[in-house]
Amino acid sequence: MRISLEARPQPSRSMAWLSPLLAILATIVVGFLLFSSLGRNPLQALYVFFVKPVETLYGIGELLLKASPLMLCAIGLAAGYRANVWNIGAEGQLTLGAICGGGVALALEGVGTGWVLLPLMMIAGAAGGMAWAAIPAWLRNRCNANEILVSLMLVYVATLLLSLLVQGPWRDPEGFNFPQSRMFADAALLPILLPGTRLNFGLVIALTAVALGWVFVRRSLTGFQMRVAGLAPAAAHYAGISMQRTVWLGMLIGGAAAGIAGVGEAAGPIGQLLPSMSPGYGFAAIIVAFVGRLHPLGILLASLLMSLLYLGGESAQIGLALPSAVTGLFQGTLLFFLLAADVLVNFRLRIVRDSSIAGAARAAAKAGI
Amino acid sequence: MEHFATLVALTLAAGTPLVFAALGELVTERSGVLNLGVEGMMLVGAVVSFIVTATTKHPWLGVAAGVTAGAAMALAFGVLTLSLMANQVASGLALSLFGVGLSAFIGLDYVSAVVEGIKPLAIPVVSDMPVAGKLLFAHSPFVYLSLALCACVQWFLFHTRAGLIVRAVGESPASAHAIGYSVARIRYLCVIFGGACAGLGGAYMAVAYTPLWTEGMTAGRGWIALALVVFATWKPWRALGGAYLFGGVTLAQFQAQAMGSEIPSQLLSMLPYVATIVVLALISRDAIAIRLNAPASLGKPFHPDA
Repeated sequence: MRISLEARPQPSRSMAWLSPLLAILATIVVGFLLFSSLGRNPLQALYVFFVKPVETLYGIGELLLKASPLMLCAIGLAAGYRANVWNIGAEGQLTLGAICGGGVALALEGVGTGWVLLPLMMIAGAAGGMAWAAIPAWLRNRCNANEILVSLMLVYVATLLLSLLVQGPWRDPEGFNFPQSRMFADAALLPILLPGTRLNFGLVIALTAVALGWVFVRRSLTGFQMRVAGLAPAAAHYAGISMQRTVWLGMLIGGAAAGIAGVGEAAGPIGQLLPSMSPGYGFAAIIVAFVGRLHPLGILLASLLMSLLYLGGESAQIGLALPSAVTGLFQGTLLFFLLAADVLVNFRLRIVRDSSIAGAARAAAKAGI
Repeated sequence: MEHFATLVALTLAAGTPLVFAALGELVTERSGVLNLGVEGMMLVGAVVSFIVTATTKHPWLGVAAGVTAGAAMALAFGVLTLSLMANQVASGLALSLFGVGLSAFIGLDYVSAVVEGIKPLAIPVVSDMPVAGKLLFAHSPFVYLSLALCACVQWFLFHTRAGLIVRAVGESPASAHAIGYSVARIRYLCVIFGGACAGLGGAYMAVAYTPLWTEGMTAGRGWIALALVVFATWKPWRALGGAYLFGGVTLAQFQAQAMGSEIPSQLLSMLPYVATIVVLALISRDAIAIRLNAPASLGKPFHPDA
């Protein structure tokens, strides 16, 4: 008896939504085993990891605060992924967004720009992210260079650029030589949405992006063309859909979204420029996009889950004396299980009994007859 | 001249992790599988080899453990992509993200640990020769190992029957399947070999090159190795050359910093990454060379029934 995979004539829609749930369940089981093997009470550990962070209003605020950049980056990445444009450099585009948006905030300090300052920062950040994403897009179209590798290399370059700026020209002169910029003025900070929490206007921007993402995918011709380019490149070519344009759009949308997320971090919880502007949101957003099935609503839910993993890591550090690196471990595990569970979308599992003639033939072949 | 010999030795030392990782990925890709998880496999290989070395005091045992760990990571990737038919790009990314998280988690207690690493191996008598001795006979054992591995991979792929089968599976899995070869089994073996090589590259970094463990210590070398395979147009000897080119770039950056150059260190540190992008763009421009040499089924899943 053995299990064989049988291709489904059409991908199963119910399985497409069920497999993320299976993956979450499997990740929790792994967490249970991991915590018990580390000598912690697993139920209590799971409680500290998944429930305790969101028991208070402040905790809910933090959940939404961290979900915002994840949502924003993932919505942008999904636009490309649907068209088979693999931008994995959102972390670098986010960093460039923070550099450009933060640069505007520092340059215009005390100029009295009023409410115009924040929109200006957002535009600068989006432009920075787009410029960074334009490099892999241009090289892919012009030289056929793999956009995965180029966009990833640029993450390292962006981080070094930020480090150069905050240690050099943009360093706070009164900052005791710490590699950080001056704190932004109040006009350059996103307004708080919920008093008593750190939740800011960034959530509204992220939710708007989700809504726009839905309209773009489901209701616009360009969105439709990009989906076709991803699902059936040959048909798209035949229908006159330009692959070059698809690459440009896929990369630039991702870059703009990540850039805005970078400004959101600089003008939100951080309030200045530091050598590192994100705990890997750009990479976690890749997982968010996949777990959310590249669908805006799915991404919304998946970003909340991923945000909870970040909070859980911090909570585990305080409450369980476990390293917060456990967050990265859970993120990777979740994506692994999701990809494994996705087999059920395209294939049916079938148990084949080996009592048939085929089984006898196989046994004979094994025996060398 | 003596200075030149030192520079050559340092370049070889800096390029060697890339040689291992790129050769492993090259074999994997020749069988038609694109594994983007090299960075994750290298990191896990590095951390496991370091932990085993730190606890047992036997660096070679650590290296063996690192190789095994890299292979185990690759096996997980194989299960996803070869048995469960998952998307290879997504699974490779997952492997890298998972490897980064896993290595950071298990390596946390060892961040400041000190181990007795594997020292360069000065071959008696001949290594005492002026210049040539240092140039040829006083490298880390890993350097010799990587050269031998390159020769073996070249010989295997292009001069053995098994190598021909691997290439056939990479070009046309359906044909290989039709004449009775198990595509999945051959691809599993190639993927595991790739993981073992990546683990070896990581182990070399953790117990010989630096010897220490820091989070994310491979600093993108796994990704550079992936670019090297394209640069090499899937030929082992060219991968070797490319790896030493990058070793040279890395070295130039350290040398400039050591000599107190006016250029900010961050700009110098960008060099290897920018060089990767430039080299990748230049080589990819030659569409014909890529199309002729790239395995035709690279990245495409194969299921006998579908």
